[in-house]
Amino acid sequence: MDGPDVGWYLIVAAILFGIGALGVMLRRSPLIVLLSLEIMLNAANLTLIAFSRQHGNLDGQIFALSVMAVAAAEVAIGLGLIVAMARRRIVLDVDQASALRG
Amino acid sequence: MGNVLVWIVWLLAAGGCLGSGVAVVSVTDPFYSALALIGNLASLAVLYLLLAAEFLAAAQVLVYAGAVMVMFLFVVAYLGGRADAPWAGGPPLLRMAAVVAAAALLVEVVVVLGLAWGDNLQDPATVSGSFGSPAEIGELFLTDHLLAFEITSIVLLVAAIGGVVLGTTPEKEAE
Repeated sequence: MDGPDVGWYLIVAAILFGIGALGVMLRRSPLIVLLSLEIMLNAANLTLIAFSRQHGNLDGQIFALSVMAVAAAEVAIGLGLIVAMARRRIVLDVDQASALRG
Repeated sequence: MGNVLVWIVWLLAAGGCLGSGVAVVSVTDPFYSALALIGNLASLAVLYLLLAAEFLAAAQVLVYAGAVMVMFLFVVAYLGGRADAPWAGGPPLLRMAAVVAAAALLVEVVVVLGLAWGDNLQDPATVSGSFGSPAEIGELFLTDHLLAFEITSIVLLVAAIGGVVLGTTPEKEAE
């Protein structure tokens, strides 16, 4: 394989995952939390594809495609929730949406 | 020579990927955040191309950077000023803990990578030119991974129905 070893891709994926995790934990807007979740999912996808290339096995790419489909479904539901919250005049803040906390 | 070119493309893609990732998390306006995520997804698609995943790179740009992000931008536009997301709030201790947790996660992964580097992460398998092509992916999906394929379609259907249910206002609350 020309260019960098698979390990470099994995390091990029690790840093990306860290950035996404930081966003999920630090930000309070549900929109930004969803975007950060997407970053984390994509970092996982990058590792799947990197290992798929490393081992010459396409199963990893199939897995990554499934992750993409699930991520699309997750965004659809997440955005639906955010719009429903906005319609019911609930403040868009994940810290204040605590009715289910018990 | 080709090797150097690949490294340059890789560095550009990885740098763009990490830079736009930081922008997604740090920008206060969700609109710019979503735009930065499009850049992030596009540079990830370049990395996928370098890893011989042509079909996935195309799907990434079409499905993610195209369809999903348009949905996102649509919702940001619908919410208008209410979507603004200032950084304020939260006890400082909590924020410190979040940073520490994320850093710990990162260090763990990098240490494991460093340990495994010499053994497994060099000498990648040689693959044919059709590796990652739509034909091969499609064949795998319709033979070995048929169940995953069908379940994915059901998941998407359920998500679509759920989006519709969440989007409709109940009669009583509409007053």
